[in-house]
Amino acid sequence: MNEDAGPIFRQIAVQLEDAIVDGSLAEESQAPSSNELAAFHRINPATAAKGLNQLVTDGVLYKRRGVGMFVATGAREQLLKRRRSEFAEQYLTPLLLEADKVGITVAEIAAMLRERGGQS
Amino acid sequence: MTAAAGFESVTMRFRGHTALSDVTTEIQADTITGLLGRNGAGKTTMMQLLTGHRVPTSGQVRVLGGAPFENDAVLSQLCFIKESQRYPDLFRVCDAVRAAASVYPSWDQQLADQLLEEFELPVRRNIKKLSRGMTSAVGIVLGLASRAPITLFDEPYLGLDAVARQLFYDRLLADYAEHPRTIVISTHLIEEISDLLEHVLLIDRGRVLLDADAETLRATALTVSGPARQVASFGAAHELVTTESLAGQSRAIVRTGTATARRMATELGLVVEPTSIQKLVVAMSLRSTTTDRATSAAPSDLLGVSR
Repeated sequence: MNEDAGPIFRQIAVQLEDAIVDGSLAEESQAPSSNELAAFHRINPATAAKGLNQLVTDGVLYKRRGVGMFVATGAREQLLKRRRSEFAEQYLTPLLLEADKVGITVAEIAAMLRERGGQS
Repeated sequence: MTAAAGFESVTMRFRGHTALSDVTTEIQADTITGLLGRNGAGKTTMMQLLTGHRVPTSGQVRVLGGAPFENDAVLSQLCFIKESQRYPDLFRVCDAVRAAASVYPSWDQQLADQLLEEFELPVRRNIKKLSRGMTSAVGIVLGLASRAPITLFDEPYLGLDAVARQLFYDRLLADYAEHPRTIVISTHLIEEISDLLEHVLLIDRGRVLLDADAETLRATALTVSGPARQVASFGAAHELVTTESLAGQSRAIVRTGTATARRMATELGLVVEPTSIQKLVVAMSLRSTTTDRATSAAPSDLLGVSR
């Protein structure tokens, strides 16, 4: 794990969320266990469990007693919705800050975005 | 959480030298605790107290509910892998393994055999003839295979190469996951091991500097950087650990994780980044060295200086 990126349990949760968002971890499929995560990322199993529990609390994963954790139906849509709402704060705030620093106007940013928009 | 062991106002003096000074802390059961600190900080002394090798000058050490000194009920639950473990002169690797098997009640021979093979240890060779790294590997094999409810590793990997250290971390994690137990590791290789730790205990010249959950430390250690004046005013309002400045720009390590602190930093135009446990530990130890030097003129403080 990245030692300079804050709590590891959060990094674990974000990685699993990424896998759900991009579809590599499908809904109703089994999530890795805390011991598997611990072994793979070489982290403390309690930390891995904390990451999983975070996702259970958020309703992204659910527990099946004695079997493990599974991706909830609707988890992908829920995560997409949250990420869309966080988009402005996460990406636009730093963009506007830097633009302000170097003297790029909002109109110029808009023009850049339109220019790029055709490519992606 | 229950405590597997505890120190209560423990002071340890050796001939005018104070190795531990009023230490109070607990080691939680079934966790991996990192015992960190500089050379001579008192790490080994703490382990010797836990394992009944020493008796505190004052205060109380309790392990699994009892005092460890000459207490078989407690000592049989402990495995202590010392930094420079001495073995009898003619001991071969297999003799050390056989001796350990008879001493530790929870010994797992299958695990021992597997580890001996993985660390490529020559079982018939005299331990005296092994390299420094291989001797360390013998200690690791014994420590892991002991499956002791409390296992203490004091600098377990002197001379071990990077591959063998990785093997140690992997086997420790795998076995700990299947057989949770209390593990204490003292080490200088903080960066390598910090992800494995659940709890961090940092000591410096016999005193506890930091006693916290590893994830809490990661969440509360921040590096803020930006214009020197803004960094200074942010530092004044929080627990400042260190500051470095160059050309009107400063970088400070602070301990605070609150949302309001982050907001204040952003409002001041500062860049806020999470900070690794290693960086925090180094910064805190250095700060402690400078403050101690500044106040060591006071005679009462001389007792706390370990060298």
